[in-house]
Amino acid sequence: MLGKTANGLFWMYRYLERAENTARLIETGQRIALTRLNDRDEEWGPVLQSAGTLTAFRAQDEDLNQETAINWMLRARGNPSSVLSCIEAARQNARLVRAAVTGEVWEAVNAAYMDARDLLARRVRERDLPQVLRAIRQSTSLVRGMTHGTMLRNEIYDFARLGTFLERADNTARILDVKYYVLLPSAGSVGTSIDNVQWETILRSLSAHGGFRMEYGAGAGPLEITQFLILDKRMPRSLAFCVDKLCDNLRYLHKGDRTLMPSLKQVNHLQAMYLSHDVNAIFDFGLHEFIGQILDHLGQVARQIEIDYRFYE
Amino acid sequence: MDKTAVFDEMWGQDERLRDPYVGFQEWFQGEDVARLRAKQREADTLFRLTGITFNVYGRAEAEERLIPFDIIPRIISGPEWARLSRGIEQRVRAINAFIHDIYHKQEIVKAGRIPQEMISRNDAFLPQMIGVAPPGGIYTHIVGIDLVRTGPGEFYVLEDNARTPSGVSYMLENRETMLQMFPELFSRNRVQPVQTYPTDLRQSLAACAPACTEGKPVVAVLTPGIYNSAYFEHAFLADQMGVELVEGHDLRVVDGRVAMRTTRGYTPIDVLYRRVDDDFLDPLNFNPDSQLGVPGIMDVYRAGNITIANAPGTGIADDKAIYSYMPEIVEFYTGERPLLRNVPTFRCSEADDLAYVLDNLADLVVKEVHGSGGYGMLIGPTASKKELAAFRAKLKARPGNYIAQPTLSLSTVPIFSRQGLAPRHVDLRPFVLASPKGIRVTPGGLTRVALKKGSLVVNSSQGGGTKDTWVLED
Amino acid sequence: MRLKIQHATEYRFDQPVSYGLQQLRKTPKTSPQQHIISWQTRVENGQKELSFEDHFHNTVELISFARNATALSVISEGEVELTDTSGVIGPHRGPAPLWLFRRQTGLTQAKSGVRAFLRDVGADGGLEGLHDLASAIRSSVRYEIGASHPGWSAEDVLEAGAGVCQDHTHVFLSCARELGVPARYVSGYLMLDDRTVQDAMHAWAEAHVEGLGWVGFDISNGISPDARYVRVATGLDYGDASPVSGLRVGGDGELLDVRIDVAQQ
Repeated sequence: MLGKTANGLFWMYRYLERAENTARLIETGQRIALTRLNDRDEEWGPVLQSAGTLTAFRAQDEDLNQETAINWMLRARGNPSSVLSCIEAARQNARLVRAAVTGEVWEAVNAAYMDARDLLARRVRERDLPQVLRAIRQSTSLVRGMTHGTMLRNEIYDFARLGTFLERADNTARILDVKYYVLLPSAGSVGTSIDNVQWETILRSLSAHGGFRMEYGAGAGPLEITQFLILDKRMPRSLAFCVDKLCDNLRYLHKGDRTLMPSLKQVNHLQAMYLSHDVNAIFDFGLHEFIGQILDHLGQVARQIEIDYRFYE
Repeated sequence: MDKTAVFDEMWGQDERLRDPYVGFQEWFQGEDVARLRAKQREADTLFRLTGITFNVYGRAEAEERLIPFDIIPRIISGPEWARLSRGIEQRVRAINAFIHDIYHKQEIVKAGRIPQEMISRNDAFLPQMIGVAPPGGIYTHIVGIDLVRTGPGEFYVLEDNARTPSGVSYMLENRETMLQMFPELFSRNRVQPVQTYPTDLRQSLAACAPACTEGKPVVAVLTPGIYNSAYFEHAFLADQMGVELVEGHDLRVVDGRVAMRTTRGYTPIDVLYRRVDDDFLDPLNFNPDSQLGVPGIMDVYRAGNITIANAPGTGIADDKAIYSYMPEIVEFYTGERPLLRNVPTFRCSEADDLAYVLDNLADLVVKEVHGSGGYGMLIGPTASKKELAAFRAKLKARPGNYIAQPTLSLSTVPIFSRQGLAPRHVDLRPFVLASPKGIRVTPGGLTRVALKKGSLVVNSSQGGGTKDTWVLED
Repeated sequence: MRLKIQHATEYRFDQPVSYGLQQLRKTPKTSPQQHIISWQTRVENGQKELSFEDHFHNTVELISFARNATALSVISEGEVELTDTSGVIGPHRGPAPLWLFRRQTGLTQAKSGVRAFLRDVGADGGLEGLHDLASAIRSSVRYEIGASHPGWSAEDVLEAGAGVCQDHTHVFLSCARELGVPARYVSGYLMLDDRTVQDAMHAWAEAHVEGLGWVGFDISNGISPDARYVRVATGLDYGDASPVSGLRVGGDGELLDVRIDVAQQ
């Protein structure tokens, strides 16, 4: 496969994943804002921060409130992480790798793009927001479904998966990085329940709310949440799950080669050194520092994959 | 070439239905107009979804346009096609022999059948091709012959596209769309398939692999990139052939071969189907500013280590001034009488011809020798006095830049208009593959149709549409 | 006469060259007036990719830079036995047709300056006329190293009235072709009587004269090439026949050192 194609696949799926993550952050943000009694605009700063786009927002001279924040994350062309920008970028990359993906995948991503352009052609009214987000989620899910259902499990698929899980791990780590303090045992007011708004924000941002309830019921606290989001390999957005998948896919790519690619070594290291311990070890190490190091490592892995598989000359 | 009598391919004199359309007409009469309208809309959606769009030059990526598709098929009978395709084969054989001769001994010039100036003053002549003999003697592997019809057995060649003919993806997708929308039509009519084209193309290219090929030839398609107006077609063909779609920056010279950068290092390419023009192909040998090409690919080619399809320099056979010599060219190289007609052509570079053209401008079509896409041409009968005067001045200033032809009365085929079936003018571009194993003409081709009533301009860039083209089994 | 030639080109770069190719036309061919006894080209910090014969019958070698090279050396050397034919090369042989040599190029394009010069000289396309032309050019364009720029056209050269052998040759080609005479650029080596070490190759012209075929004119020296001249490459202008043409990515801060040694054996 061409290095350029691997690059295109990697980014096509990174952008699809990012579009979904951004959409989920908007949904969570809106929900939290609705359930708060105090200033509803206040919650949007951390939401933008979790999407990694607060600095860019601040650079354009606009007030931060619910309306501007949603518009920025949903459809601003100046924001490369907005849902619309991500879907456009995913489709552009899909055009680049048109011959590598199946017709079904291509048509699904093209349809997602056409839908998103229609739905996001103008500012979305608050009452239309849930429906618009649902429609977008459905069209990107269709791409994922077609990918699972029609693509050969070969290196093309491996690069698609690498993009997906790097983006997902990065997203999970970023959300934890912004909100880590609410998970610190010292910070949490003892005796508060899962209904703690801050905890709920984190869980919802990662679609982990239902899963967590199912697993721990209502009596769990920060330790369990941290365990669930970082180390639980059954949770599809946990760091351990994503890094496991990175490991698997790099290993498939490695198949038959004599020497280990540096990217695989790095992921193995990440897995062994950071994600194979007990949750208490993480707190002993320092949660914030731990997350910071994971983010650095993920960045390095992404760069190393580019080099190992010749994305660029 | 009686201008008053337009040949309609579906209806003969006194509203008599022509044979190839009998099966279609039976079906059509039983159809509900509203359903067909819905089908026409469905076709547009299908095309959008598959992404068969073309980018309009100089516009943002958002400006992807559809070429209008008309759901009424154009139908050609088996025997008619058999005659036509024999003529096309003969012409393609002659074109390859001509290009070989021009870049070697130039026997046709020595024999006095073509004046030397036609070659020596021709910008399309590529000196770097002198003495280059590509594998199998094939220079133009993929040819599109533009034809128009004027009567029952009367086809004229309008142009020979010997460089990089485009549009084959429309031929394939038009058929695919028709199959999806009207499967019942294909059980009533026995239509010769076009879907083997990608496989045929791959085989044909592989058959031209250079001597250094080890094992199964590695074929790739070279595209200028996603912003090119025909990018969809490049991706489509690579996908359908199951080969890599590469851009210039994916390639470089490695160990004397042109190799592509894969995730596991550089892999040599044996046959490159390039959709990048000669001038941009190699910044080391041609335009140094080109970002689209591969530095040194011409050197690798001249060393015999890669096959480039179509070969550089084939534009010499694609030139409108050379076109006027095609009957001589066919006779010279095949020893046979040409089976296809050429449109009588006046070369404005010659004084007598120029005088005639200036006197009869209002009845003629004038074209630029190197122009394409219907730009820079004059259609005398529909031009205003002002346009005629302006063109007269252009002709006098640079006569060698133009040729003129009588206006042909292009045949019509019905389209599905708001008022029901309505005749519109069409042309036809059959696609031809040439390899050492022989010449293959795909039954059918791309029918382009002028959607405006009475218009003769079928170019997609100027409001033309396309149709599925059927060749019936005998 | 037998000449021993060594031609070393050394490049040094401040920044590494991440990718680069060079086309070399540095291999002389055996012909009636020269017999190549031995010849070879070596590359250091680079690799020979391939070689082929171009449409002017030149041997072309394509070389690539080693990855991230900060230096490249190309050394050609060999021995050539020469015969004096008074500049006559003889009948045209392909592969390019003779008419191709009537084509002007960007560097030889004749405009008002060349046309006016031709009118003043009043030469025709015969052998005598061409000799007159050569000496007229020599007297109108002063030989001066560093006065001209490698990209100068014949028009530029006439206007400046100064240049080197390449410039003299371009003016000659422009004029000859304007007269309808096929003409070509020759790059090669010239043995100098007073020294063996030189810092550049030489250039002269050949015109196709009825009855004789190709005939050489060394405009800069005002003579016909003799047994001291080794023909290496020909073409329509400097661009076609130049010993090196290439492109590279990176390699800023180029330092070039050329050393040519031509000695009689």
